[in-house]
Amino acid sequence: MPSKPAGTLYRGREGMWSWVAHRITGVGIFFFLLVHVLDTALVRVSPEAYNEVIGTYKNPIVGLMEVGLVGAILFHAFNGIRLILVDFWAKGPRNQRKLMIGVGVVWVVLFVPFVARHLTHVFGG
Amino acid sequence: MSDIAAPRSSSRARNLKGGGRNRSGQTNFELYSWLFMRLSGLALVVLVLGHLFTNLMLGDGINGLDFAFVAGKWASPLWQVWDLLMLWLAMLHGTNGMRTIINDYAEKDQTRFWLKALLLTASIVIVVLGTLVIFTFDPCLDPHSTLSVCQ
Ligand code: HEM
Repeated sequence: MPSKPAGTLYRGREGMWSWVAHRITGVGIFFFLLVHVLDTALVRVSPEAYNEVIGTYKNPIVGLMEVGLVGAILFHAFNGIRLILVDFWAKGPRNQRKLMIGVGVVWVVLFVPFVARHLTHVFGG
Repeated sequence: MSDIAAPRSSSRARNLKGGGRNRSGQTNFELYSWLFMRLSGLALVVLVLGHLFTNLMLGDGINGLDFAFVAGKWASPLWQVWDLLMLWLAMLHGTNGMRTIINDYAEKDQTRFWLKALLLTASIVIVVLGTLVIFTFDPCLDPHSTLSVCQ
């Protein structure tokens, strides 16, 4: 394997971008999970320690980061189901494009109501 | 007399049967790992989306999250099992995914080795810690607790 691939003219279409996005969201979710287990572990320290740290999350900046996290999880989850269908469903590969559109539709349908409700909690006090 | 090594096929064939290896002498680890990513992924859709829905959408959403909320949830064996399964599956799935990514991008053997050692260490610490927290959680940790379960 050459250590530095020469410049390539290959520009993947949806397939490549969805793969890149699946990879980036997967890594992001993984690092979030490490931190999330650590902060939840504070319930073993004391109620005050837990409430204090969770309290620092209750601000608009973290609120918006949570929107990003949930958007990433929803994409990774439904794009993951698409990958599974392509691998195991006989008609999957033939319906590539439809599956891709389906991921987008499900993502929007779940994400929009989530954002509306979550931001109401974040900004509505 | 020329020394010609005996054909090895017979002893290799014997190894093939018992050793859990395929024709090219490798184990099926990558196949199982590929399958595991898909099976755990399916389970995680339910576990993770259910977790997000109950914690962020129901009730007061994010504003309702505090020690009492956690105590209320873990009073139920359902949520204990749910969270335990989610912890283990997400960590195994995520760790295995990170392993793939390290294999893809870290080209030097040394770099790969150390990155994987770091990954494995972090993952074990998190899984053990999370598991202990779920099993040893005590809602009445604080002797002055005003939670109803502690009265
Ligand atoms: C919510 C349900 C989930 C589904 C349906 C899902 C599905 C998948 C699938 C099918 C793959 C394999 C892709 C391949 O072999 O090419 C994968 C990879 C991956 N997943 Fe998930 N996953 C889910 C949740 C998670 C979570 C919670 C994490 C983090 C802890 C995570 C992190 C990763 C990582 C890091 C990869 C490797 C990406 C790559 O190799 O490019 N996933 N996921």
